[in-house]
Amino acid sequence: MIEMHDIWKTYPDGTTALQGVSVVIDRNEFVYIVGPSGAGKSTFMKLIYREEVPTKGQLSVNGFNIGKLKQRKIPYVRRNIGVVFQDYRLLPKLTAFENVAFAMEVIEAPKRTIKRRTMEVLELVGLKHKASSLPAQLSGGEQQRVAIARAIVNNPAVIVADEPTGNLDPETSWGIMKLLEEIHFRGTTIVMATHNKEIVNTLRKRVIAIERGTIVRDEMRGEYGYEI
Amino acid sequence: MKFSTLLRHLREGAKNVFRNGWMSFASIGSIVVSLFILGVFMLLALNVDKLASQIESQVEIRVYLQLDTEQAKIDEINRTIGRIPEVKKVTFVSKEEGLRRLQQNLDDSAKSTLEGYENENNPLPDGFDVEVFDPQKVAFVAKKIEAINSTDEAKPILGVKYGQGTVEKLFRITNAVRNIGLVIVAGLAVMAMFLISTTIKMTILARRREIGIMKLVGATNSFIRWPFFVEGVLIGISGSAITSGLLLYGYSRLIQSASYDLGLMLIEFASVKDVGWYIAGTLLILGTLLGIWGSTVSVRKYLKV
Repeated sequence: MIEMHDIWKTYPDGTTALQGVSVVIDRNEFVYIVGPSGAGKSTFMKLIYREEVPTKGQLSVNGFNIGKLKQRKIPYVRRNIGVVFQDYRLLPKLTAFENVAFAMEVIEAPKRTIKRRTMEVLELVGLKHKASSLPAQLSGGEQQRVAIARAIVNNPAVIVADEPTGNLDPETSWGIMKLLEEIHFRGTTIVMATHNKEIVNTLRKRVIAIERGTIVRDEMRGEYGYEI
Repeated sequence: MKFSTLLRHLREGAKNVFRNGWMSFASIGSIVVSLFILGVFMLLALNVDKLASQIESQVEIRVYLQLDTEQAKIDEINRTIGRIPEVKKVTFVSKEEGLRRLQQNLDDSAKSTLEGYENENNPLPDGFDVEVFDPQKVAFVAKKIEAINSTDEAKPILGVKYGQGTVEKLFRITNAVRNIGLVIVAGLAVMAMFLISTTIKMTILARRREIGIMKLVGATNSFIRWPFFVEGVLIGISGSAITSGLLLYGYSRLIQSASYDLGLMLIEFASVKDVGWYIAGTLLILGTLLGIWGSTVSVRKYLKV
């Protein structure tokens, strides 16, 4: 599903974020990416959804060679990757329904299909009744649910979640985790960067720890391993 | 692109105008303000042009014939001049008519000098008044008329007069006035472009984040661009429609009140009917282009995410 081979990433300002990272994430895995701030977690995630290009090394996602991808092919690769962020990134002037539907309009799905499928995923995340609310009228947890609904609406093979619970209180965080688990059970690969010790140590999954741009630990059913 | 997607873009573009209420208002406002200033100067330039044309149209060619030219010859020359394509109208002026005109142009004290010159001993020649379609071509037409002499051995034409020298000066002035008007209008158009582009850049800047999100969800550049394009068109059209309405209403009121003012009565204004379509059409095209240009240029900048 995701294969990295000796990936290096140096930004134009000279900072090196990743130094020779090699890892394979299989179909239907659930992986936590942990590590201190500035260790390269976000770069690792950005490479997967092609926000950044590796400076050196081989990277393939879903069978696409990400490093050699032509600019105009990028949108088509992203349609198979659902992204979820700490700050939700919803379109502020669109309702919850419109935000989710947008991802389907992009792939030019028929209008009726969009309507049916959008309501279906909104129901799955428990927000059917808030379909016509604007993001500003929703709580943080609800906004994140809308973002997750948008990420899964096109049935992507992978969900990349960069600290999805970072802005949420513990109780809401657990709600989001339950939702991600549900999505995982339905057959989606999930890569989640997190700082949440409690979640990692309770919902045991594969843990990849990144420090100073290299993978220092990779354990099945691993632990968070940091104090904060 | 599917037809349903095109409809979607049209719908989204229209909705975006309302979703971005204040920003749309600001963009429309800046289009109205700059096009209004432009329109005022266009109206001014059109009226100056009309005035210049009026002055120019008074320019005429006067042709004098040899004293003993026979009626048949006169008719032939009349036809020859009438056949010149630039000529609008040829009027025969008999020597009697010529004398009457001369008397009219002199004041009473000078009239006495003409006494005794009547009928039999009228010293004036017969002639023609020649009007041309384009007054700027009088010199050219005058030469053509003079050339009749070279094909006719009787050399029936005594002289051709059109205010040589004075007319050239007049045209230099009217052309200068027109060009100055054109430069001012062009300058204002450029100014309008900058003002509008700044406003639109501001509105797009606010939406830079939105464009980034759309790209993350897998939207292609053209998918993102289309609704912005539609939005730009709509903002441009509404801005220029409002401007045209304000401007032409104001202008018609101005003409109305000017018709009661003795001082302004002498100036013949270009009527709303004459300039209305011209002004509205120009502003509409300009406004729409500005709207499209503003939105597409600015979106392109942020699409390279």
